[in-house]
Amino acid sequence: MQFRLEKRREPSRFMLYATPIAAVVLTMVIGAIIFSLIGFNGIGAVREIFLTPLTNPYKWQDLAVKAAPLIIIGVGLSVAYRANVWNIGAEGQYIIGGLAGTWVALLTWGMTGWWILPLMILAGIAGGMLYAAIPALLKTRLNVNEILTSLMLTYASVQLIYYLIRAPWKDPMGMGFPQTRLFSEAARLPTVIPGTIVHLGVPIAIVVALIAWFVMTKTVFGYRMRVVGAAPQAARYGGFSETKTIWLAMLVSGAFAGLAGVLEVAGPFQRMVPGFPTNYGFTAIIVAFLGRLSPLGVLLGGVVLAITFVGGEVAQTTIGLPNAATGIFQAMMLFFLLAGDILIKYRLRRVVPQAEARAA
Amino acid sequence: MELTLVLAILVTVVGASTPILLAALGELVVERAGVLNLGVEGMMLIGAIAGFVVQFHTGNPYLALLAGAAAGLCASLIFGFLTLSLSANQTATGLALTIFGTGFSALAGASYSARPVTLMQPLFPLELATHPVGKVIFGYAFPIYFAFFMVVAIWYFLHRTRAGLILRAVGENDQSAHSIGYSVIGVRYLAVMFGGAMAGLAGACFPLLLTPQWAERMTAGRGWIAVALVVFASWKPFRLLAGAYLFGLVMTMELYAKAGGGPLSAIPSELWAALPYLATVIVLVLISIRRDATTNAPACLGKPFLPSN
Amino acid sequence: MTLSRRSFVKVGGAALTLPLLGSTAFAQEKLKIGFIYVGSINDNGYNYAHNQGRIFVEESLGDAVETVFVENVPEGPDCERVLRELAQQGCKLIFATSFGFGDSVIKVAQQFPDIAFEHATGYMKADNVGLYNARFYEGRAVCGTIAGHMSVTGKAGYIGSFPIPEVVMGINALALSGRKINPEFTVKPVYISTWNDPAKEADAARAMIDQGIDIVAQHTDGPAALQVAAERGIVGGFGQGADMSAFAPETQLTAIIDHWGPHYLASAQAVLDGNWTPGDTWEGLKEDVVQMGPYNEKVPADVVAAAEAVRTGQIDGSFHIFTGPINDNTGTERVAAGVVMTDAELLSMDWYVEGVEQPA
Repeated sequence: MQFRLEKRREPSRFMLYATPIAAVVLTMVIGAIIFSLIGFNGIGAVREIFLTPLTNPYKWQDLAVKAAPLIIIGVGLSVAYRANVWNIGAEGQYIIGGLAGTWVALLTWGMTGWWILPLMILAGIAGGMLYAAIPALLKTRLNVNEILTSLMLTYASVQLIYYLIRAPWKDPMGMGFPQTRLFSEAARLPTVIPGTIVHLGVPIAIVVALIAWFVMTKTVFGYRMRVVGAAPQAARYGGFSETKTIWLAMLVSGAFAGLAGVLEVAGPFQRMVPGFPTNYGFTAIIVAFLGRLSPLGVLLGGVVLAITFVGGEVAQTTIGLPNAATGIFQAMMLFFLLAGDILIKYRLRRVVPQAEARAA
Repeated sequence: MELTLVLAILVTVVGASTPILLAALGELVVERAGVLNLGVEGMMLIGAIAGFVVQFHTGNPYLALLAGAAAGLCASLIFGFLTLSLSANQTATGLALTIFGTGFSALAGASYSARPVTLMQPLFPLELATHPVGKVIFGYAFPIYFAFFMVVAIWYFLHRTRAGLILRAVGENDQSAHSIGYSVIGVRYLAVMFGGAMAGLAGACFPLLLTPQWAERMTAGRGWIAVALVVFASWKPFRLLAGAYLFGLVMTMELYAKAGGGPLSAIPSELWAALPYLATVIVLVLISIRRDATTNAPACLGKPFLPSN
Repeated sequence: MTLSRRSFVKVGGAALTLPLLGSTAFAQEKLKIGFIYVGSINDNGYNYAHNQGRIFVEESLGDAVETVFVENVPEGPDCERVLRELAQQGCKLIFATSFGFGDSVIKVAQQFPDIAFEHATGYMKADNVGLYNARFYEGRAVCGTIAGHMSVTGKAGYIGSFPIPEVVMGINALALSGRKINPEFTVKPVYISTWNDPAKEADAARAMIDQGIDIVAQHTDGPAALQVAAERGIVGGFGQGADMSAFAPETQLTAIIDHWGPHYLASAQAVLDGNWTPGDTWEGLKEDVVQMGPYNEKVPADVVAAAEAVRTGQIDGSFHIFTGPINDNTGTERVAAGVVMTDAELLSMDWYVEGVEQPA
């Protein structure tokens, strides 16, 4: 029996929504089997990683806080990827955004005023945009592959943090440890739900996703990004400049990554530390794909990824599952999802000799 | 005294350069076929643990290298299946492969901590390596010479053989290669598998050549340096050789400069660490400004192949 | 070697259990103790040692306690979440074993005033946050004595991660004790800006050996430097964190072993007895929190005797390595003759003693 892929006339809406769900379910089933086979409590692992964070209301605040930066970055990336611009340096833009915010916080240290936080946020957004502008400039001017430049710049930005917190920005009261001083009260993100750790970044993430959804589906801008991505030839005839689109895509994704960076440093971190780069920028790429490059999908995708992170820790404490297992589950989920992608544009057809004869 | 130190530095540079050279050689072939596999770091880690486990149980470093290569190849098949058979996005699949490799190697290696192995011995009789100059030439284990051999072999393959021509054609213009009747997917599968085997081999070098132990994430980002290196070398094997030794020199000189004092030791270590990446961006810019046909990236790099029938 | 240490712990644990059982056997509920580690329990060094401490408590107190741990916890908001997870799971005593967990411990401790927190190597205390640290420098003084005697070139190399007081103190202790034996003895520190990159540690060791050192010490998490020392056949090196003789049986002259078990046991017992108070302990050889590994066969008897004298002197309090006169490496006198540096001075040490080459 042979199968053949046949192009669908239109992408399957059903598959678009069904494949991410199928990927999660398959990961749970196959993950449980594999981990049972190698001697762990496989069913327990799946329960703790995927379900406990959802069923335990106490964990919801953690999910929200963990998902927020993933969603913000993921939304920006989904806009860029829709336009076929492959910014994979969101981690670097997130870092520069965080550093720009830190800079403002340190300059205003000890001051009070409502304007400090907005200024930090603006600086963060600007920082992320600026760092994304480098690959954009190189791509549009010199046709340098943006995947490669944005990735290289990410690794350079990590070293910039290490340098700044080791030397010029080092906390004078920090016993020589490489970190900045704790931000003043005015430079810290407020909590929005009393008694929890849910900070202002969480509602911002939701609003950002909603606005992006509206813009991408209801406005000319969104239409244009999608057309350039889907059919560059047609877009050119339609008068949409590719250069302009690349710039927009890079700057938007950079701005979002920078926003996530500054919210993260002003919210949960409250100072710059060596542990600031937590791979949110890379994880958000997974989130963007899990969310099918749609802002609302990203909202869900961010929550799913947050569940696996939070659940992975639960599984370590409750059933002694090693930390490495979380990565394996996440990778499996992405593998299944990517494998399912093809079913959106193609359908699987059994090759019957008769049919072939007729086609010939 | 001065000369002895220079020779000693060379020996360390060779050790630091070889794993990134091996991994980058594999990735070069993959990219020349038009595929961007960002899973090098993950495949290296899988190769490292496989190499370690076999060396630990058999004590035969050649088997260990083979095991590393085989493990890397198996890992690359996941990537190949998703991106080639199912035309999944290469960037995302490569990242997923790195996440997978990191987790898988940590899980597989959990029971192998606190267990040393023996280093791979030099290929040539030790008598040849007694003099410092002799040591610089004859003092290394097999993978170092193998890496040099592969530079020449890959150059010869790409530029002097028909198969190499086909591979490049597939990377430059997959549609025409397809229409002439070559199997784009088939060629790319072979390239991806080769890249996986080389990355696995490179990973196995860590416990066999550099530090005879297993530690989680012991490749510490060198897979990404290998990816950068391919770009830095503008997809050419001999430039890759030069680039790998340059990167190795940068990584090593930092330590020698700090240990020895002198003007170089004043450069912050963060700048040393960022140098390979910054240099790669600069090289990318330079080759793009020159933009003669031979220095450009493979035209189909990173794009899925869908026959337009 | 590892196995024999484990079995030692078991035997020691069993012996300790007997008298303790009386007080705990009738306790109503198990005391749940949480541990969080910044790295992997399989790192052969720092985190491994903390986990051995956890096992020690479990084996010593048996059914009276239950321990859980989470490894590879990033320093930052993720740590905060893990701490709350442990708190919520009913841990009544939580050990945060890395400096970078400090901010998170303080934040979470406020939310859970009934839970006892202990933070290793930190400096921020609270009503329910105790601090604990180990006087590793005491072990360094023993190592330095051996190095001073045995080094032929009179030069030792020291691989550090970051120039934090903890590391600076260790370098200084090695140099001071080495120079008591050999006034020409010098120490060359090299910082590699990472706790765990074995290949870089190994190359740093090679770089120093090629430039004349014949003793290597390190303050990073693994045995890589020691292995290079063995490969190059230099005089020797020292294990750090754990007995690393399995990795370099000919080369490890002795090792500084982090033996957190007794401290963890004492804290657990205090919580069980209901008299835990936030301490600020800095224990060393005397309290058995720092141990020396076995002396290598190639260390001559008189050197072993000298090393033992330093060790026992520190145990009975007759010897303190940071006793003046101490000059810094520019020749300025920092500590007057007969004066002993205070703990506060040691914990903020950011200068090098005479005989230490100024690192970049």
